[in-house]
Amino acid sequence: MKNTSLNISIENVTKKYDEFYALKDISLNITSGEFMTLLGPSGSGKTTLLMVLAGFTNPDHGSVKFGDEEVILKPPHLRGIGMVFQNYALFPHMTVEQNVGYPQKLRGVSKSETAKTVDEALSTVKLEGLGHRRVDELSGGQRQRVALARAIVFKPKILLMDEPLSALDKKLREEMQIELRQLHDTLNMTTVYVTHDQKEALTMSDRIAVINGGELMQLGSPSEIYDHPQNGFIADFIGESSLLPAKVINSNISIGSSKIKVAKPPEKNGDYLLVVRPEKVFLPSTKKKNDENYFQGKLLDSIFQGESQLLVIKLANTENDEQTLRIRIPNQSVTDKALPAIGETVTLALKVADSYLVS
Amino acid sequence: MNSTSNTPNQEELRRLASREGYTFFGLTLPYLVLVIALIAIPVGWLFYLSFIGRDGTLSLENYERMWKSKAYIKIFITTFKISILTTIICAAIGYPLSYFMSQLSRKWANICMIAVLIPFWTSLLVRTYAWLVLLQKKGLINNILIESGLITEPLKFVHNTTGTLIGMVHIMLPFLILPLYANMRSIDKDCLKAASSLGATPTRAFWTVFLPLTLPGLLAGLLIVFVLCLGFYVTPAILGGGKVIMAAMKISTNIEMYFNWGAASALGVVLLVVTGIILFVASKLISLDQLGNR
Amino acid sequence: MASGFFNKNVSETQIKLKNRIWLYAISFIVLFLLIVPSLVVIPMSFSASQYLEFPPKEWSLRWYENYFFSWKGNGFNDWMSATWTSVKVAVLTIFVATPIGTMAAYGLVNGSSRLSKILFPIFISPMMVPIILVAIGLFYFFVQFKLVNSVLGLVLGHSLVAMPLVLIIVFSALKNYDMNQEKVARSLGATRFRAFREITLPQIKFSIVSASLIAFLTSFDEIIISLFVAGGDNSTITRSMFLALRDQIDPTIAAISTILIIVSSGLLISVQLLGNKDKSS
Repeated sequence: MKNTSLNISIENVTKKYDEFYALKDISLNITSGEFMTLLGPSGSGKTTLLMVLAGFTNPDHGSVKFGDEEVILKPPHLRGIGMVFQNYALFPHMTVEQNVGYPQKLRGVSKSETAKTVDEALSTVKLEGLGHRRVDELSGGQRQRVALARAIVFKPKILLMDEPLSALDKKLREEMQIELRQLHDTLNMTTVYVTHDQKEALTMSDRIAVINGGELMQLGSPSEIYDHPQNGFIADFIGESSLLPAKVINSNISIGSSKIKVAKPPEKNGDYLLVVRPEKVFLPSTKKKNDENYFQGKLLDSIFQGESQLLVIKLANTENDEQTLRIRIPNQSVTDKALPAIGETVTLALKVADSYLVS
Repeated sequence: MNSTSNTPNQEELRRLASREGYTFFGLTLPYLVLVIALIAIPVGWLFYLSFIGRDGTLSLENYERMWKSKAYIKIFITTFKISILTTIICAAIGYPLSYFMSQLSRKWANICMIAVLIPFWTSLLVRTYAWLVLLQKKGLINNILIESGLITEPLKFVHNTTGTLIGMVHIMLPFLILPLYANMRSIDKDCLKAASSLGATPTRAFWTVFLPLTLPGLLAGLLIVFVLCLGFYVTPAILGGGKVIMAAMKISTNIEMYFNWGAASALGVVLLVVTGIILFVASKLISLDQLGNR
Repeated sequence: MASGFFNKNVSETQIKLKNRIWLYAISFIVLFLLIVPSLVVIPMSFSASQYLEFPPKEWSLRWYENYFFSWKGNGFNDWMSATWTSVKVAVLTIFVATPIGTMAAYGLVNGSSRLSKILFPIFISPMMVPIILVAIGLFYFFVQFKLVNSVLGLVLGHSLVAMPLVLIIVFSALKNYDMNQEKVARSLGATRFRAFREITLPQIKFSIVSASLIAFLTSFDEIIISLFVAGGDNSTITRSMFLALRDQIDPTIAAISTILIIVSSGLLISVQLLGNKDKSS
């Protein structure tokens, strides 16, 4: 079911409500056929941006082009997009078939052609045979698929999704994430996906646009964003991390009274944060190596979390007495060497290559 | 596509936004036109008329007459007296009933609610007439009292204040019960449980936790009842039999019998202003949006 | 066992039934007094006597005959043509109040909230202004336009009073409705109007019908505006009843009342049933 998709160019979009900037001069290019996720916390503006793309919110100024065509002044029903809402918004007074066939009815497609495309869409979302059911007879997961089928039945070039999985329970959500991504690969539509769940974004996207306070914070592939967050907010928001205050004075980097080395030392002096991902910290062997940073502290807590053990260490030699570091150790085998006991002094290591400063 | 590089399409988007605003306003326009044409303008005109004296010139004589005339003073007193009494009686018997219904299961509460709603939707005239027939000299009430030996002569229940009050309380009671009941239903039962667990006796829990939480609904009900009583016409006219004269009746006779528009309008304006003040105070105390939750 | 019953805990605060007897007694008495007066009129209307005894010593349909065969075309005591006027006006009121009220409700729900805050009080003002004032104002106003004693005048006056109720009912229904469905329909290719017509309207239709019935009932039962605006050939049944009640107690009114009770109750039950249907659809 291949079809041509379009690229989306967003330029200088601003939306103000009285004194509050929902969107502040956002510019973004989404390539044709890409799966782009708009990621951010509640109120960050990500849904507002999606609504601008759909045409339900008109910005104060800005340009949105689908391909070469300026669509910012076009009403929603002429933009040729498919859209899936957070609560699905299925039409309760219609059956599944009628729901999915509605866009075709609007386009004056013949009854036989409609039936054909409806069947196609339903089988794409793995709901064949459920066409005659009423909406209230379906489970949450099934409703989600119907909403999807309805959005793709007329083969739009652009698909917009507003947190479509947030109403599902964890297991179903994780299954659907993979299915949605596979669907995207099959259908070859440009997809813009909004979520606040960073794990979801990392799982599904070609690229992620991190949005906060109405502004675009960082744009990049999942691994770029995860490994090289450009500021403290992104580092904190994406993945787990401990952020340790560090001072840079003339290429000497110190945390508290300990000196450390980083992969890319910043040029300017000042206060920075060291981004420490719990899975990258480890218990070192006794020999000290050049390419490792070391931290010392007291083990406060050791928490069993199923597939991993989370250790919370209170660091010594820091300005702030409360500074803690978290380390996540996979529980690989029963025969693994024993973990340190609570109260013990431990030494932790972090490779210099994984040591990363943000402002 | 053309404007300054930093704010593309600004003008067009602004125009789009105002067009949308106009569309929604346009939908409300017919309603607005009717309200302006049929209330704002006529009442405004009445306001103007109240300042026209008998000889057709601008004067305050209509208002002066109201402060000075004994008849008018009596009418004001009667109107307020009856309104206050009705409101108090409604509160006294309506609060226990609402409380009772709010503690029932939904099913039984809805059944009781039918007993409240049926009179509410039955024509005002029918209810007033029913009381007229029940309370008259040869009516049911007197018959029961005489036959049971409690009295020998029929008592006068109509064409006086008593009859008027009975009728008005019957009409106004649902107006008090509906908002009060809704309020009581929405009170979180856990609050009372918490009070209990903290050591409050049931009585104490009622007075210090439940009652204060019901004040918004109670106030709403009291205000609606009082305001409706002030302007009430039909029931006092019929059950009062011409002896109990309230403001609305005087307005009506001023027009029907004397064609004295000046006097009628002035009294009407006073009624409107008093109603307006009460509603204004009320809106500060409770949100008018609760009306949308009937 | 009876003592067990009276010692039952009946509330969250562990109050026992026997301590609450007074509450139950008052409640039952009040409920009784609320509903009985209206109902008592029904058997009374079948009483043969001029004084409408209860219980009737002799049964008769004379007051009903009086009502149904009263078509004389002379206004007063001509109950049937007054009834016909009331029905006519009430039906026309439906067609004025319901569309205008519904459109206004939709505009308020979807328009800017600043506008709504200003307009909403204005829209419910017919319920707030003392009705006597509205009535005499309309009377004076209609005299200028020769609308007194006209069906049009009555329809306008009744619609004015019915519209706020329609507005509140439809507004409430729209607030409980997921507007996102219209957005979805529009994203799929429907214009605003088509989305409203094909998606929203079918889902609020029961509320709109309820609102129409309420508009009908409001108009049919309306007394005060009719007193001033109607008259002569175009008297409404409410006006005729009121004048009759003020001047003499015509027992025919008992028969008319019974019919009105049945009509009102019937409409009320329909509204309740429709109201529940909307929620389940």
